[in-house]
Amino acid sequence: MVLVLLLLGAFFSAVTYTEQSPTGETAAKLVATSILQDFKNAPRVLIVTSDHPGDPAFSKKLEHDLMAAGARILGNVKGEPKDARESLQQIVGNGEKLDAIACTQVTGGWLLFSDLQTSFPAIGSPRVITPETYRWPNFLKSDNLLNIANQIAVIAIVAIGMTLVIITGGIDLSVGSLIALSAVLAAKFIRDFAGGVNATTTGMILACVAAILLCGVTGVFSGLMITRFSIPPFIVTLAMMLVGSGLAYIIAKGQSIYQISDSFVWLGRGADFFDLPNAVVLMLILYFLAHILMSRMKQGRYLYAVGGNREAARLSGVPVNRVLMFAYIGSALLAGLGGVIMASQLKSGSPTYGNMYELYVIAAVVVGGTSLNGGEGKMFGTLTGAFTIAVIQNGMNLTNVESYTQKVVLGLVILGAVLLDRNRHRN
Amino acid sequence: MIEPPPLLEMREIRKSFPGVQALRGVSLTLKAGEVLALLGENGAGKSTLMKVLGGSVEADQGEILIQGCKVPFNSLKDSRNAGVAVIYQEFNLVPALTAVENLFLGHETTRVGFLSHAQERQSAGKLFKRMGVEIDIDVPCRNLSTAQQQLVEIAKALVLQARIIVMDEPSASLTSYEVGRLFEIIRELRSQGIGIIYISHRLSEIAAIADRVTVLRDGANVGDRPIDQITRNQMIEMMVGRDLKDEFPKRNCAIGPTRLEAIGLSRGRAVQNVSFSVRRGEILALTGLVGAGRTETARLIFAADVREEGRIVLDGKELENSSPQEAISSGIGLLTEDRKLQGLILKHSVRENFSLPNLTWLSDKGFINQRQEQKKLDHYIEVLKIKVAHREQISNHLSGGNQQKVVLAKWLARNCEVLIFDEPTRGIDVGAKYEIYLLMNELAAAGKALIMISSEFPEVLGMADRILVMHEGRVTGEIQDAREATQEQIMQLAVA
Repeated sequence: MVLVLLLLGAFFSAVTYTEQSPTGETAAKLVATSILQDFKNAPRVLIVTSDHPGDPAFSKKLEHDLMAAGARILGNVKGEPKDARESLQQIVGNGEKLDAIACTQVTGGWLLFSDLQTSFPAIGSPRVITPETYRWPNFLKSDNLLNIANQIAVIAIVAIGMTLVIITGGIDLSVGSLIALSAVLAAKFIRDFAGGVNATTTGMILACVAAILLCGVTGVFSGLMITRFSIPPFIVTLAMMLVGSGLAYIIAKGQSIYQISDSFVWLGRGADFFDLPNAVVLMLILYFLAHILMSRMKQGRYLYAVGGNREAARLSGVPVNRVLMFAYIGSALLAGLGGVIMASQLKSGSPTYGNMYELYVIAAVVVGGTSLNGGEGKMFGTLTGAFTIAVIQNGMNLTNVESYTQKVVLGLVILGAVLLDRNRHRN
Repeated sequence: MIEPPPLLEMREIRKSFPGVQALRGVSLTLKAGEVLALLGENGAGKSTLMKVLGGSVEADQGEILIQGCKVPFNSLKDSRNAGVAVIYQEFNLVPALTAVENLFLGHETTRVGFLSHAQERQSAGKLFKRMGVEIDIDVPCRNLSTAQQQLVEIAKALVLQARIIVMDEPSASLTSYEVGRLFEIIRELRSQGIGIIYISHRLSEIAAIADRVTVLRDGANVGDRPIDQITRNQMIEMMVGRDLKDEFPKRNCAIGPTRLEAIGLSRGRAVQNVSFSVRRGEILALTGLVGAGRTETARLIFAADVREEGRIVLDGKELENSSPQEAISSGIGLLTEDRKLQGLILKHSVRENFSLPNLTWLSDKGFINQRQEQKKLDHYIEVLKIKVAHREQISNHLSGGNQQKVVLAKWLARNCEVLIFDEPTRGIDVGAKYEIYLLMNELAAAGKALIMISSEFPEVLGMADRILVMHEGRVTGEIQDAREATQEQIMQLAVA
């Protein structure tokens, strides 16, 4: 499956291979180096930027770097060509000459600079220096890769629980609804009990934990229905899917709850560790723990055994019912966590969240090589599966595939990926 | 006069699987109206050879001749067209369909595209009459007994007008009475000129039914003789390639005080007021015909099923015993009759299967001590001479004997005080059987209490110290000294 993921990555890299113009501080560094190489002796520089998003950072950084290296900044223009013209006139008026004009990709193309010799013969022969462009796939830009990881974090985390359940030979259709329920509960608790917009950190943590635990309670309920009353998991969790979604709408009164403190977005949008989004860090930690559980711990072995052959497992002393309860409660708790992350990403809780997510989550698990018959599967397989889906979606966004077409393609690719995996297993 | 060519001739069949040369040039002939016994240890190549004949496995080399003509055998269809029907141990019947529907499955009698039930029922009735059996042809097959299902399989072969019928371990789950019936039918088929290949590990049956014996060992022919020119011991020697002095090893160990006592166990009609005890160092045989309630009794002791009444006492202490988990932790182990469905998780590795009941003591704070796990497994692989390529081999790829050894290993490692062996040697070749018997003796000598459920009376007589006979859920008799008992004596009690 990793192979499929790499192939997809390679494909989208090739398709999105384009000219990249650096902006912001990166661009500033490039230009500064170039100027300082060409003019060793205190060059006289004019900086010209326009009103693009990366430009303030560019001009600030550039000015700082050049001054530090001993250059003289004769002007720092921010605006339109006429502002640059005024600045040039002022420099000429002061009887100064210029060595270089530092521009962004955009300002470097202004007509004004193409015939400087005729309009400002007194200015000397300054060189217009722009950040050098290079070719690199849009897909492989670090911003885009982090974006993919952040987009899939919720699905990937919920898929951990789904993997537990599917390995025992069951299925959990309720996770999508539980995401909504948890998001709504967390948002409501923060609004009503933790102080809303002025909520404290402790208050928000308690609200989220409460929301996740309440989802866990629905997991207990599903588990009991499945173990005590032997109702097929498909039916139990289908019912819970409806119940959960309905409850979310009732609790939120059909609306979105957004009276939440700004700091609530830390979990979903923050990036405090090595520039990695916090949700992604959490996802990686959870996958690591789940992997340990499945490969090193008794409980993990029991999960595989129950899915591999329930009767043989029971006759070998495996507490089958307790193992099944563990799987369904785990799945519900992780769905609850997914809901909290989603509420944090969107800074609100709405009953519409998580719609159809159960299917994406199941797809991630299956694409990751876990057998729906139970007894087989790997946690990191599921992570690969989740990323495969995310990469396909992201790649299609980058290549401007229409959203309806995206669904068709995604469905077919999931089928193809599973087929490929199956063939590989057979050989 | 020139002798007509044989009905079937397989010449120099070779087949290799990754890592294994399953058949090294096996030849076999079968005349019309002959019962040929195909003998060999598990893994000797019998199954592969029959799969080649059945068209489900393609041979690498060699040819198959039907009445002297070379015929391709590349698919199930080729095999069917050549008049071959293979009846596997696991029947090929659809449980929800009736006997008639199963008989004509895939080649229904139709009239203008509609099924003609009346016609099918009529021919089915005729067929069963010809076979001399009475089966309710309108009952779903899952409600038929194993013996009846087998008869439906045979009838299916006849519907297909098979001239060559292969029966793989047909008597494995039949009672001796039913085996007798089966033999009558086989003789009837033989008189109609049908050639039958009969695969079985039960040598006494082979002596009773076969005309000729072909023995395979390690994928090659090692003998082919008419039945009247070979003795039972010679057959065993050919199969295992060594001289087996005795099928049942002797045991000499002191029998101690009572370990396990079952008092008044009851569950529905299957088990009714069953009481018995097993002592230290003793092998107690629980025997009777299939359906006598022996397995059900064992399941009550192991708490695999809930007992309605009765008490279980181990070493003087009464056990609550409400789940297999509890039974295991109090020191009771059950080696189930059905290895594939209940004993092993077939898609999991040898290591995972071995560890399952042992994880409680192999792990600390929930973490498995993997080094110890591997060490223990390696130890038992060596002691039990389990033939595995490596620890991670998938259990499904092992032969029956090795699968049983893995099951044994997992219970030995658990160090159970009371071990229940339910048909421990079913479907296992002679060599592996002997090893399992030896092991049972060692366990008894170590002071364990053993309960052995077996339908094979020679095995019961050869292995047990004491025999308990059951019939329709009740204990009908106890034979205190198994050494003095006879098969007739057991049979008397079993049919009581």
